[in-house]
Amino acid sequence: MSISNFDQFKGSINTERVRYIADPQLRNIVNVSIALQRPLLVKGEPGTGKTLLAHAIAESLGKKLIIWNIKSTTEAIDGCYMYDTVQRLNDSRFGCEDRDVNNIKDYITLGPLGEAFASDEQVVLLIDEIDKADIEFPNDLLQELDVMEFYIKETKEFVKSKHRPIVIITSNNEKELPDAFLRRCVFHWIEFPSKEFMAEICNLHYPDLRQNLLDQCLKHFYALRAITKLRKMPSTSELLDWIGVLLKSGISLEELRKTLPFLGTLLKKEKDVEIALEKIKFPT
Amino acid sequence: MFVEYFYYLKDRLPVSITEYMTLIEALDKGLIRNMVEFYYISRSILCKSEHQFDIYDIAFANFFKNASLKFPDEIKQQIWDWLDKEIDPKELPDNFQQFISEIFDLEELQKQFEELLKKQDEDHDGGHHWIGTEGDSRFGHSGQNPMGMKIGGSAGMRMAIQIAQKRIFQDYRKDVVLDTRQIKVALKRLRKLEEIGKRDELNIDKTIDETAKNGGDIELIFEKKRKNNVKLVLLMDVGGSMTPYSHLVNLLFSAANNMSHWKDFKYYYFHNCVYESLYHNAQRNPEESTDFNEFLKKYDSSYKVVIVGDAAMASWELTERYGSIYYYHRNEMPGIYYVKEIANHFKNNVVWLNPEIIRLEWVPWTRKIISSIIPMFHLTIEGIEEAMDFLRKSGKDSYTTVQLLKGFKY
Repeated sequence: MSISNFDQFKGSINTERVRYIADPQLRNIVNVSIALQRPLLVKGEPGTGKTLLAHAIAESLGKKLIIWNIKSTTEAIDGCYMYDTVQRLNDSRFGCEDRDVNNIKDYITLGPLGEAFASDEQVVLLIDEIDKADIEFPNDLLQELDVMEFYIKETKEFVKSKHRPIVIITSNNEKELPDAFLRRCVFHWIEFPSKEFMAEICNLHYPDLRQNLLDQCLKHFYALRAITKLRKMPSTSELLDWIGVLLKSGISLEELRKTLPFLGTLLKKEKDVEIALEKIKFPT
Repeated sequence: MFVEYFYYLKDRLPVSITEYMTLIEALDKGLIRNMVEFYYISRSILCKSEHQFDIYDIAFANFFKNASLKFPDEIKQQIWDWLDKEIDPKELPDNFQQFISEIFDLEELQKQFEELLKKQDEDHDGGHHWIGTEGDSRFGHSGQNPMGMKIGGSAGMRMAIQIAQKRIFQDYRKDVVLDTRQIKVALKRLRKLEEIGKRDELNIDKTIDETAKNGGDIELIFEKKRKNNVKLVLLMDVGGSMTPYSHLVNLLFSAANNMSHWKDFKYYYFHNCVYESLYHNAQRNPEESTDFNEFLKKYDSSYKVVIVGDAAMASWELTERYGSIYYYHRNEMPGIYYVKEIANHFKNNVVWLNPEIIRLEWVPWTRKIISSIIPMFHLTIEGIEEAMDFLRKSGKDSYTTVQLLKGFKY
């Protein structure tokens, strides 16, 4: 039994573009899904870095990242290719110099999935927020993700992947995904970071942050998260924003002990702010 | 061993052969180096929803703890090799690294391990761990040392079981009530697509057809969009015995109210039982109310009705004339008349959501009566989902978490 030879995701990235740190479980799962060539489905609370994970993987492996943002109107075929009928119709009526109306290929553009397949080197493909689309959407992608090819019926051509892309799929749980789709994926639920791990994350983003200030921030942050009545819990990304704002404002540790400044960065609902101010007790 | 593990899980979770083969592939490729990784990776491959994690945890712990595992000789060595794989020191706490470096001669340990395995083969005392039961070895239970782990061997197994036993995903289980977002997701199950709105979607095929017929002059054809056509009425029991659940009812209300999902959404309040008036707000003052018959006239059976209440009241409130809980309230017809009227009027388009856990041992008499007239579901994510499925397709039993957990001791 030996580890097969493939590009391994190292889990911790600190470059100008991406700063990201993954816990060991997540790192292992990423490597497992790369080795098994299965799409990795990532879920977790909003703001736990699901989308960022794909950026981190691409950065860590030095591969190109192709992003497919899913919207409520997105259909599977949009990811593969688009055939611009209306343009062709228009050209046939009014003529066009750049495109040949008789050549259907001039009116076909590849979508993100098509681009990922057609690429000459292995890429990382991020299918972001797959649950935004219609309930049937994932089912329409089964064949494409399984054999990594699709058929352009207008030109009767197959687009086949030269190198299976590393596929990362994120979901916010708005819709349930079909079983047939899930069976083909490796699934990971990003747990909310523990206090220690969160400190590591903060240090990565703000290396100059003083330890006692960070401790106080985390104390406030986890106190907020402990309030069960909140409708929207503050997340990692909000904490990082908050620390950023605090640093810019040059707040002192003393002040931070007694107040919760810029609470709007952490809590996005009026009601939550009220509840939080009521619940959190400051030393007097 | 893994086949047994798979079937053990299959009884509890919707796992398929495809996923099992994936797991075997992962083992075959050497991607799983110790028991802790096995726990996480097998979870990632076999469970596709955080709602299933808790059940997986229980099953995992039970299987590896209680199943009297007997490995055939030929795979014993493999298992040893596998468990023996060192866990990357970087993943362990600092004091543990020191701890590990202080002790242990691996060879001696392997010998002990073999002996233990043999011993286990000889005496089948079912309920014990297959290694290190009576604290007689280094594999034993020594309590508080870092994560109960001693070295390679049984330790990885124990650590994995311990992770499973923590059951940190209990809260993610579907039969536990959560936030509005999840309620919305559950409510979204209720939908019926119909064409509504303006003609603003370009129909390419028809456009081409018409353009051709038109001799090449472009003729654009627009059509209507398909949108959800469900109209919902929410009736909420407030006050009295419902007070402890007001937070829950609020969540349900704000979820349903905030959704652009419905074609129409209306809500009314009542107390304990529906009588001749339905109130517009939780204060229930008579000036702001709708007469019951008016209510039936206003909403025909194309509306879906969801009633929320604990359906627990004094028997006379349901069955007696003048039985209402309010002394001055003279209801000419007993409460049950109104319940039946609603059921008859809306047919299969009405469900009752109950926030109180429905227990078999103790069921309020009135709840029995009401649930025999209107189908009743728990006010949990799973219950709402079931109720919405019922409304969508007039009732068909689905596999519930409650059923999945049957037969477990925990």
